[in-house]
Amino acid sequence: MNEAAYSQEELLIAVLARRLRGMGHIAVGALSPIPGSAALLAQAQEVAGEMRVSIIHGDANNPFTDGGRELFDCAGQGRIDAFFLGGAQIDGGANINLLGVGDYPDLKKRFPGSFGSAYVYFVIPNIILFAPEHSKRVLVNKVDFISAPGTSDAGVHRPGGPKALVTGKCVMAFDADKKRFTLESVHPGVSVDEVKGATGFDFDVDDDVPETPAPTADELNRLRAEIAPNIAKTYPDFAKRVFG
Amino acid sequence: MTTFEDLKSLAAGVADGALVALAPDYSWVPMALVRALIRRGVKDLQMLAVPIGGMAADLLIGAGAVSTLEAAAVSLGEAGPAPRFTVAVQSGALTMRDTTCPAIHTALQASEKGVPFMPLGGLIGSDLVAHRADWKVVDDPFAEGGDKGEGEGGGPIVLLPAIKPDVALFHSPKADKYGNVWIGRRRELMTMAHASARTLVTVEAIEDRDFLADEDTAAGTLAALYVTAIAEAKNGAWPLGLTGHYDRDADHIRAYAAEAKTEDGFRAYLDREVLGPS
Repeated sequence: MNEAAYSQEELLIAVLARRLRGMGHIAVGALSPIPGSAALLAQAQEVAGEMRVSIIHGDANNPFTDGGRELFDCAGQGRIDAFFLGGAQIDGGANINLLGVGDYPDLKKRFPGSFGSAYVYFVIPNIILFAPEHSKRVLVNKVDFISAPGTSDAGVHRPGGPKALVTGKCVMAFDADKKRFTLESVHPGVSVDEVKGATGFDFDVDDDVPETPAPTADELNRLRAEIAPNIAKTYPDFAKRVFG
Repeated sequence: MTTFEDLKSLAAGVADGALVALAPDYSWVPMALVRALIRRGVKDLQMLAVPIGGMAADLLIGAGAVSTLEAAAVSLGEAGPAPRFTVAVQSGALTMRDTTCPAIHTALQASEKGVPFMPLGGLIGSDLVAHRADWKVVDDPFAEGGDKGEGEGGGPIVLLPAIKPDVALFHSPKADKYGNVWIGRRRELMTMAHASARTLVTVEAIEDRDFLADEDTAAGTLAALYVTAIAEAKNGAWPLGLTGHYDRDADHIRAYAAEAKTEDGFRAYLDREVLGPS
């Protein structure tokens, strides 16, 4: 592997990490190796002690000692600045569906369920939606089931919500007032037309869409030398597959 | 008083139709007891996952022991979707009460306090709320005329009825001879036990000491006050893990996930690993 080469996972980790700059406390949910790696990378790039990362999957990098509820109580108080959510379906209004496809409760395809999304989406100010599979299957015009809504009426207390969507092909920013995504950058080797063709919802596109910067040598070095052994404590199989 | 029993007798203490609380796969699930429940032919369980289900839920569902399940999600984690759960929901054999993680924690906290309901933020506009006839949305009764801080109060808020399980089940590395049970930082087990009418615990070992007499162990201990009965079960969480004692048996769980994709495969697993010689 020459120096400039990087994997798709490494690109996504670097892209997610850049969105976490300056945040005080990032929490990462279960089964999230790429977001977890991104949070640890962002932390390594900050001045030591400036950023907390709490990984809710196993005991490594997990500060919570008051049971399953503590993450949510902590978030509800505003003590968590950023979190990642995914979706089996995500639509153009940033509504997410982690529950199933079809007409609930008569689902054609059942997914695990909504987890904590219906709560954390409301209370954590910087939610980054992460969808490694950028396809019309995932990025749909309208979700079949709203596990958690992208936006809320003015009367609903909602300090949190989606700020961005990072996919395998691009980065989109979300505007809660317009209830729309705007294409922010396309990953190296991906065209705007390819993104349009693989997306089931309408989104805004400026005249000039930049390319997502590739991971820098510094990012890759830190990732492979510092982050790989740390994330391996939580996700050994992932670390072995991606970092060797 | 807490009684000391064997695994079979503990399993006999879970009635058909009971509302049974079980923690997630990482939180000391009593798999040996789950297998003993299946052997005794338990049925019509109303399962409560606190707040997500995994291997135990999938086994019980596949064995036909569960009629309703309240959970925020069910999955085998790194091993992928829970196969028998997925089939049972899609076929309509299992009635789901879909929810979200903090709603379960909160409803159990209501039972801990002995109050009929608790409020929870968020949730408004989620289809979960639309499909939960037992949840109520009210306007914040403290908003009117109050001198709230900026952004505080006002607007709709969800009220969740207390959930009081008939029985909570978990495994632990150790109990003491007085029936106090070590839970360490797995404090969802504390909440589960506080909220449940009865709590049945399996342990790796019963120690000849008093956890509550030692300041280093007291705070990580569920007092015998809440513990109905205890049975010893070596490797009682296998194939799941037990913090500080053994890791989850990832190969076994992956093999289960593959085998249980079909009804025949699941039956073969059940015959070999659960109903066969234990």
